[in-house]
Amino acid sequence: MFYDVVIIGAGISGAMCAYKLSKYKLNIAVLEAGIDVAAGSTRANSAIIHAGYDAKEGTLKAKLNVKGCEMMQELTDALGVHYKNCGSLVVGFDDYDREQIEILKKRGETNGVKGLRILDKRELHKMEPNVSPSAVCALFAPTAGIVCPYDLAFALSENAATNGAEFYFNFKVSSIEKTDNGYAVSDGNDTVCGKYIISATGIYCDEIAKMIDDPLPFEIIPRRGEYMLLDKAEGKTTQRTLFVTPNENGKGILVTPTADGNIIVGPNANVVDEKGDTSVTIEGLEEISEGARRLVPNINLGAMITSFAGVRPTPSTRDFYIQESEKCKNFIHVAGIESPGLASSPAIGDYVVDILKKCGLKLVEKPDYIPTRSKEGNFKLFYDMTDKERKAAIEKNPLYAKVVCRCENITEGDVVNAIHRPIPAYTSDMVKRRTRSGMGRCQGGFCNTKVAEIIARELGIPVDQVQKFGKNSNILCGKTK
Amino acid sequence: MHKSVVIIGGGPAGLAAAIGAYESGVEANDILIIEREKELGGVLNQCVHTGFGLTYFGEELSGGEYASRFIEKIEEYAIPYVTEATVLSVSKSKVIKFVSPQLGYTKVKADAVVLAMGCRERSRGTLNIAGTRPSGIFSAGSAQRFVNIEGYLPGKRIVILGSGDIGLIMARRLTLEGAKVLRVCEMKSHVSGSARNVEQCLNDFDIPLYLNSTVTKIVGEERVTGVVVSKVDENFKPIRGTGELVRCDTLVLSIGLIPENELTTEAGIKLDKKTNGAVVDQYFQTSLSGVFACGNVLHVHDIVDYVTAESINVGKACAGYVKGLIKPNKTKIPFEISDGVKYVVPQTFNFDPKKIDIILKRFVVYFRVSRDYEKAKITITSNGEELLSVIKNNIHSSQMHSVILTKKMAQVIEKNKNAKISVTEA
Repeated sequence: MFYDVVIIGAGISGAMCAYKLSKYKLNIAVLEAGIDVAAGSTRANSAIIHAGYDAKEGTLKAKLNVKGCEMMQELTDALGVHYKNCGSLVVGFDDYDREQIEILKKRGETNGVKGLRILDKRELHKMEPNVSPSAVCALFAPTAGIVCPYDLAFALSENAATNGAEFYFNFKVSSIEKTDNGYAVSDGNDTVCGKYIISATGIYCDEIAKMIDDPLPFEIIPRRGEYMLLDKAEGKTTQRTLFVTPNENGKGILVTPTADGNIIVGPNANVVDEKGDTSVTIEGLEEISEGARRLVPNINLGAMITSFAGVRPTPSTRDFYIQESEKCKNFIHVAGIESPGLASSPAIGDYVVDILKKCGLKLVEKPDYIPTRSKEGNFKLFYDMTDKERKAAIEKNPLYAKVVCRCENITEGDVVNAIHRPIPAYTSDMVKRRTRSGMGRCQGGFCNTKVAEIIARELGIPVDQVQKFGKNSNILCGKTK
Repeated sequence: MHKSVVIIGGGPAGLAAAIGAYESGVEANDILIIEREKELGGVLNQCVHTGFGLTYFGEELSGGEYASRFIEKIEEYAIPYVTEATVLSVSKSKVIKFVSPQLGYTKVKADAVVLAMGCRERSRGTLNIAGTRPSGIFSAGSAQRFVNIEGYLPGKRIVILGSGDIGLIMARRLTLEGAKVLRVCEMKSHVSGSARNVEQCLNDFDIPLYLNSTVTKIVGEERVTGVVVSKVDENFKPIRGTGELVRCDTLVLSIGLIPENELTTEAGIKLDKKTNGAVVDQYFQTSLSGVFACGNVLHVHDIVDYVTAESINVGKACAGYVKGLIKPNKTKIPFEISDGVKYVVPQTFNFDPKKIDIILKRFVVYFRVSRDYEKAKITITSNGEELLSVIKNNIHSSQMHSVILTKKMAQVIEKNKNAKISVTEA
């Protein structure tokens, strides 16, 4: 099969490129090494839409961050993704911090961030009463927000799939060859050919670059960040994202609400040897606990419902690298996308489309373009519905009256729908990320049996063949005696 | 829809409350039990082991048998119930919203509500366990459900963390189903479950018990391939350098139960941080007038027999409330606790001075102690006056205990407007 554009990677950047390009009359393929969209850094990060005052003036990061942040509301509205423009606060504890905050404000203004304001102690505590009493000032950024990162990636991918983009999962690219009319991308078993290639491969972008013999002019350092997720009962700990004043090691440990009403704490930043190492450590959890208590001394970390880690691709240059390969025509690197990659993503998508245009890709809009996740519109979970919508959903499909996950009020209707969406779920983790079943305080203690049964029934497989996330992750080990 | 008494939860607590209310004069048709599973009985339905009913019936029954005694009564009395129904909210005006395939989206207005939602298990996420997040990690209850209800084996080589009764029972159950239970680890220096279960579930099957030890790391990318077990110090902190890798494919967690009070919280009902359940008075009425709570949603019980006894009384109190016999008294008397007491239920008293015994002739006080006592002296005082004093041998912090308040004692408490429970070494 020959495609106009082959996108490698279905993280937030790849999914965004697929979304932006699927508006046009193009054959698009997305190759993903994992079994699902958002399998890498997109799955586990702080989920913050940064306002854009962190990146140095004049960098690509600064430009795309501010622009991406501005685009987020409209994008998430169009696709039915949880997004909350909650604003953020960089909290200062002393004179040094105050100076840094002044610098950040100036930088933000140069970058084009709107509404930045420095709060005094009184105003800060009025806004967020749980912030440490020893805090003296803060930079308030009203344009910052929070989003569910994997749901955004699902939404983008589902829209692209609905508009004809083809997704290949478990496609771990092992070689890329030049052909007469483009490139042949192979995983050792199958080959997908395309004229234009976009490498949006996160922590693996350096390895992909090597495959076309065009190594990136910088290093990708895999840095693991660990997180703690707190029960929704603690959701009122803070209404806004709280940062400490950044230093040379980065943005530090933050405390923020999530788009779904939990509180998240983290991350630390430790260089790992293995790119896929998303294990958590006791030391790491202690480190982020300490960091969180510095911002919010009375934070109830005992309400932790889970801990997790993600690995982000930190470029040694600390800027995004998005451009056509100097050696290989029509091959676009989308590399070094660390934080604020999520916030920048809508602008990254546009930026890549512009590069492709310059490369000569013809963009003709589709007359029958579908702007939502599916032909039927976006997917609304029972838990997001109003009473009236719930009533109507149940009348149409009684499975919406059967609550499977009692912590999050996820129904069998939601689960069955997830299994049959444009990018279908067939493992319990895939169902979990699409529906939130098992993401509540009992962490699947009650719903895991039910979800496994529903998956087995819908796919026509025995329950003991249902997997958690693919490969050899079967939940059960056969029948009882 | 309007009902006199709506009971949320059709487990042992809800069933007993319904029976109590009916037997105290509430019409069957004026009661509704809302149950989220397909059948009444709650978690008892997945308990195929015996040991239920020794206190209440004086015989040894399986969980299912115990439940069916009450379900038969519900059928006999023709008390209506709806299954596969999940309550979404309880409002301050006692309007209950629920969904079910049978009735769709339903609102019911109740005069009295019984909260009987039970409890859930603590999950891995609440512990600081390092490592990966592969498949093969189960709470004891979900492992039990997979084995006893669905007929599937969660794993073949199993480590169990926590020595609560469910953990011990699952050690035996999984062994009988062909799995190898490598060990049961317990952080504390003594078992949380009963001595009987240690004998019958571990010793009879040569399953080793490791006290003062916990799981500190989970290993495995796709499926669990092992867990690191470490010794802990007296503060339950893992001791460095004591980690031992145990090769296994499954970790079963039996690390405690938490009352499920989401609906209670949303209704604005006051909770007790010690029990994680509602604050109640002697009728087990919560801070919201006409809303009662019983069973494991109120405080986690050791055995179901106590749940039944407690919940029958709550049913009676509901009937009294509906008939207007319970006159809400604005001044609530706090039931204070001394250092040796972890919690007490009820946490408050709210007597009608003229008719203290109008509904219940005597009042059961449930409590847990904060440490173990060889010989404990339990006293209840009011204004320094000793109302009750009993000596009990071998009082363990892992067990629930109870004493009974008579009408006379209640009169003193009502007169003095205060009460305190203390436990000291005798």
